[in-house]
Amino acid sequence: MIWDALFAPFADFAFMRRALLGCLAIAIGSTPVGVFLMLRRMSLTGDAMAHAILPGAAIGFLISGLSLGAMTVGGLIAGMIVALGSGVVSRMTALREDASLAAFYLISLAVGVLIVSTRGSNVDLMHVLFGTVLALDDAALILLCSIASLSVLTIAILFRPLVLECADPQFLRSVSGLSALTHFVFLGLVVANLVAGFHALGTLMAVGIMILPAAAARFWAAGIGSLILCAACVAVLSSVSGLLLSYHYSLPSGPAIILAAGIVYILSVFFGPVGGIITQALPRRHFET
Amino acid sequence: MGRLFLGDSSAGCVLMAALAFQDLTLGYDRHPAVHHLDADIEAGSLTAVVGPNGAGKSTLLKGVTGALSPLEGRVSFGGLSRDDIAYLPQQSDIDRSFPMSVMDLVAMGLWREIGAFGWLGRKRRDRVEGAIAAVGLTGFERRPIGSLSGGQMQRTLFARLLLQDAQLVLLDEPFTAIDMRTMADLIGVVRRWHGEGRTVIAVLHDHDIVRAHFPQTLILARELVAHGPTARVLTTENHARARAMCEACASVPHICGKTAA
Repeated sequence: MIWDALFAPFADFAFMRRALLGCLAIAIGSTPVGVFLMLRRMSLTGDAMAHAILPGAAIGFLISGLSLGAMTVGGLIAGMIVALGSGVVSRMTALREDASLAAFYLISLAVGVLIVSTRGSNVDLMHVLFGTVLALDDAALILLCSIASLSVLTIAILFRPLVLECADPQFLRSVSGLSALTHFVFLGLVVANLVAGFHALGTLMAVGIMILPAAAARFWAAGIGSLILCAACVAVLSSVSGLLLSYHYSLPSGPAIILAAGIVYILSVFFGPVGGIITQALPRRHFET
Repeated sequence: MGRLFLGDSSAGCVLMAALAFQDLTLGYDRHPAVHHLDADIEAGSLTAVVGPNGAGKSTLLKGVTGALSPLEGRVSFGGLSRDDIAYLPQQSDIDRSFPMSVMDLVAMGLWREIGAFGWLGRKRRDRVEGAIAAVGLTGFERRPIGSLSGGQMQRTLFARLLLQDAQLVLLDEPFTAIDMRTMADLIGVVRRWHGEGRTVIAVLHDHDIVRAHFPQTLILARELVAHGPTARVLTTENHARARAMCEACASVPHICGKTAA
């Protein structure tokens, strides 16, 4: 019974195993990025970036059809242009990062919509929007795993400057020239992970696996290491349960995974031991001074 | 050592100057906040920068750190480089909600030694604990920075400054909004730096503190009002002059006719 519900789908079907591997790669690669986005109050940046890579992927799709390479490269280029452009504007002028990012991603989105509509074909963009986690081929899996490994490795290397860039950017700038580099590498990781994510979950859902586990983890852990660990666990848990839900009830897998993460998030808001609503409401005696 | 001078002296290079402002104009969007400043800060001196609000005191420190490039003139360092500067801004943009302990924050003072990738190690950890003890925060090492009071945060930042081990320390209103006890402790740290021969420049508003602890004073009202030994410089007349000068320059801007020296 339990075997049938939880393990049989993966044991019996190769496409489920592939989907699981792809989701695990995305979960592990993008959750540390999501935690840093959340700590830098840039959670919505992920969303903006997802919109920014959409036109790039669409252009890639128009040029060479449903090609992994073209769509990846297109998405990466569009995302990097938006990340670099908004970063440069916010560092060189008085405009804040949020406003300059909004400006750039809207331009990118408009360009994408323009290109798609003037080409006039009934382009099937459903793939880009909603992903195809149940049809990941070898090349896609290798891409997802490579991006995840690269992302985890880069965060490990840049951990200290990244933490300082979040906590005290002024100090980092005063002691080191790494501030700008760290920021742009980080934005690059956001883009890379979203591009990886859209192959499996689609551009819109890819943000979900990045941000929701991080937001949920905030109610379970306080330190930065434990936040990342906790977020990764939430992401893995939601990937597995989302895939199972989609298998048993014939639901689209991307939204099922993100909804699973959403449920974990909502439960965490109520029951999380670190500042959850119910924990706060519990009558607890305060400590002596 | 060196030479002390008063007023708008255009005296040449003092031999032991740690820092020289040469016809320095700093500002934002062409509006000068520091205007044609000439002054030398002696190596090893302990200088208070005073002046009314909007006199350009913080701007001057930003000019020294390099965060702001001069509109005209220059800041020159005698034998020091920008790497020898430790700077405590007036309002640090530290994200207090970031999950980071006092220990972690203070340890970052060792950045020049360990950089982005170096190992902290046992010995350096001891030094971090020593710095935390020196500012009276022993026992707070594991506390998250979000749980600190204003005074404790300021002590934490001083501990980080201690570890930065800089030859030139710039403090922008370091004693605002903290209690007497904390202030006394932190002044102790500043005096210790002075005793070790470091050059310290602090922007201050409390004239009693300046008189009691700072041998040198520089009065700024966008332009230099006076600079020299505190007892000689920190007078009611100079103070009134500074205020008058600051009010006078609040008018409609026009292109400055003063040419570079």
